[in-house]
Amino acid sequence: MTQSVTTADGRQSPSIPPWLRKTAATLLTVAVTILGLLFVTFMIGRVMPIDPVLAVVGERATQAQYDETFAALGLDQPLLVQFGIYLRDVLQGDFGRSIRTGQEVATDIARVFPATFELATLGTIIGVVLGVPLGVLAAVRRGSWIDQIARFVGLIGYSMPIFWLGLVGLLVFYGILGWVSGPGRVGIFYQGIVEPITGMLLVDSLLRGEWDVFKSAFSHIILPASLLGYYSMAYVSRMTRSFMLEQLSAEYIITARVKGLSEWQVIWGHAFRNIRIQLITVIALAYANLLEGSVLTEIIFAWPGIGQYITTSLLANDMNAVLGGTIVIGSIFVGINIFSDLLYRFFDPRAK
Amino acid sequence: MTKKYTFVALALSALISGAAITTASAETPPNMLVIANRIDDIKTFDPAESFEFAGADVSRNVYEKLVNFDPLDLDAGYQPQLAESWEISEDGKTITFTMAEGHVFSTGNPVTAKDAEFSLRRAVMLNKTPSFILTQFGFTPENVAETIVAPDDNTLVLTLDKPYALSFVLNCLTATIGGIVDMTAAMENEVDGDMGNAWLRTNTVGSGPYKVVDWKPNESVLMDLNPNYGGDTPAMERVIVQHIQESATQRLQLERGDIDVARNLSPEDVAGLADVDGVKIVDELRGRLMYWSANQKNDMLSDPNVIAALKLAADYEGMSGSFLKGQYTVHQAFLPKTFLGAIDDKPFSFDIEAAKATLAQSAYPDCGPIKISVRDAQERIDIAQSLQNTWGQLGCDIELIVGTGAQTLDRYRAREHDIYLGAWGPDYPDPNTNAGTFAFNPDNSDEAGATGLLAWRNAWDLPKLSEKTLAAVVENDTDARRAMYKDIQTEFQNSAPFGIMFQQIEQNGMRSNVENFVAGGATTAVSYWVITK
Repeated sequence: MTQSVTTADGRQSPSIPPWLRKTAATLLTVAVTILGLLFVTFMIGRVMPIDPVLAVVGERATQAQYDETFAALGLDQPLLVQFGIYLRDVLQGDFGRSIRTGQEVATDIARVFPATFELATLGTIIGVVLGVPLGVLAAVRRGSWIDQIARFVGLIGYSMPIFWLGLVGLLVFYGILGWVSGPGRVGIFYQGIVEPITGMLLVDSLLRGEWDVFKSAFSHIILPASLLGYYSMAYVSRMTRSFMLEQLSAEYIITARVKGLSEWQVIWGHAFRNIRIQLITVIALAYANLLEGSVLTEIIFAWPGIGQYITTSLLANDMNAVLGGTIVIGSIFVGINIFSDLLYRFFDPRAK
Repeated sequence: MTKKYTFVALALSALISGAAITTASAETPPNMLVIANRIDDIKTFDPAESFEFAGADVSRNVYEKLVNFDPLDLDAGYQPQLAESWEISEDGKTITFTMAEGHVFSTGNPVTAKDAEFSLRRAVMLNKTPSFILTQFGFTPENVAETIVAPDDNTLVLTLDKPYALSFVLNCLTATIGGIVDMTAAMENEVDGDMGNAWLRTNTVGSGPYKVVDWKPNESVLMDLNPNYGGDTPAMERVIVQHIQESATQRLQLERGDIDVARNLSPEDVAGLADVDGVKIVDELRGRLMYWSANQKNDMLSDPNVIAALKLAADYEGMSGSFLKGQYTVHQAFLPKTFLGAIDDKPFSFDIEAAKATLAQSAYPDCGPIKISVRDAQERIDIAQSLQNTWGQLGCDIELIVGTGAQTLDRYRAREHDIYLGAWGPDYPDPNTNAGTFAFNPDNSDEAGATGLLAWRNAWDLPKLSEKTLAAVVENDTDARRAMYKDIQTEFQNSAPFGIMFQQIEQNGMRSNVENFVAGGATTAVSYWVITK
């Protein structure tokens, strides 16, 4: 049903429904954010004191080959024109070709992003499943040995460099104990067996019914995912503890206890219920950080993810690849923010 | 590798050294070779375009050439491969190849002279970076129809613009760009007149022992046997090269038996593997040289006595015996050992008193400010710091300008450096590859823009040496040619504003049952087809 409002001069005009206005505003924000991100990244890439032409033609190229490539890359155009051309291509779905891999950037990203997505998702699940209960327990048993352990675990997670823990984990669990498989996504005997569906090896091997591949892939992912999960857990448990302590000291908790509710109901039914909204933001941020790509973890575990892809491309001045990766990462951040915003509305009646 | 990663590698090396790897459960199958290597430099498999180390490793095992090296006897030089014989005309300008029989592409098509004609022509016409290896003989996109001709399926005729040493031409044909591709398959996949270039970047159609069946950039290359290969069937039916960035990770995999060969081990990890059962280290001299060079636009650095003093004030043995131990050996000539005409003379050793005396004879007895331009690679920074220390003892005020590879290279190509510290590897296995850049500069003007020539980059005008270098490429008597390069190098050592310091040693770790692993020496790339386990 179309609504109308009366304007100052008394005429009736159709009003825009609030949901449509909000959606339009959100889309506009997303577009401006990504456009700004693209512009800044593009300009940084162009003003960096390294030569993209040399990255293509190599040290041995003649001046004629250099000049030809310079023009072919469009570098003879003004910067804004270059950006305009790039933007036009991106809007048509063309991210250009990576000079480092020789392949379309979109193809590269479609190959590397699922690897990071799979790793980050598993890492986040581990972090949340362990971190939230640990944080709640630490708050409820404040000052106890559980609290001390939780704080110690969090401290280690914050202070220990991830590459160090990764290497030690690899040495102990792969090198010495042999409990997990080594670097890479899957054992060499299983490479290329599973035809990609989602690009996530765990999922694809299940969908294809390839149990041996699944076991090998799981054996490869569990160590880096646990490592990332540990860092997520450290962050999530610390924040959960902090949120819970605030709630547990609130008057309504005393009231609940006075009313004779069980401790379980008090903690999970009242206190925890009220920190869900804050936790959503915390978990979303932790997840987004892992999706951005844990470069060092990917390098140590030879995990061909987007973090390693962007970093290596940046060092090689492969700007098409860097920009393509930036768009993906930027979109993910924006997407996760929108998603957490929606969840916020779902859980918080006031936001509705 | 950045400092951070180096720290990581060192840290894990220290850890591994203290912890015994007791579980060696895995073992690769006897007919499969698994290699850990840094392969993130592979951009293309097209032999007309490929010019990177890891790409050359693949290409050598996938594409055959008219002439090629026997991996088990590299010193023998080029041998017949797709061409069974060749003749050179009396005027020295025409080489006629007779094709060998029995070579078949992985597609099933037989290799003919028409394929060779197509492959060499397209390499010239595509004009990619390595094309200079062929165009230096006068081939141009405009004249290849007349200069590279296959009158029939069995004969290929190359017509050069002037007489060259036959060994020079044939050595160049052993380079990656000499790989012969299947014309039919390439043209079936041609797009916009690219002669199959885009398709051949990710697909291989050679007649070599292997074919690439899967390539995931930055991840792995998988090669299977070419079922139509004309030679003896290789023992390794499948070769997998995994991209493993970290030395420490490669070492762990090697110790556990998950890989057969580790190709990027740090000195610390090599030392740590010395006493490990089931693992061996194989050293191989490669062609890469480490050198410094002085810009002759700088007045002080154009004084021969200053240059001589700097050469005497470098601690060659100290560096090769410490942080470069096992990775580089002292070498002071521009031709790597094992090249035709290479010399092993080492006229310079660290002698600070002699260096000071030499500097005193110059117009700059107190030396002065010198900037060393060096890229952010650990071994180069270590060398630069050593030079900073010992040259500092001469009274020079040394400043290190550390930058990315591209930054330092930009400055070098623009002739804006004082001292450049860098590395140089041969492009093809002929002495002219280095003589033609270190000791050749026909036009020293800025306008010449000869950025490919190291002598030009350092603004070094050397008309007589340039003439000698030109004379050496047309000398057909191999012994005489060898002598000419020895003479050029001796003169170069005495007069050049270049300080050649080291030649690379590649230390590959491998399981003790791996035999015949040849990384390619100074002249070529790795050969998987002779490896056994």
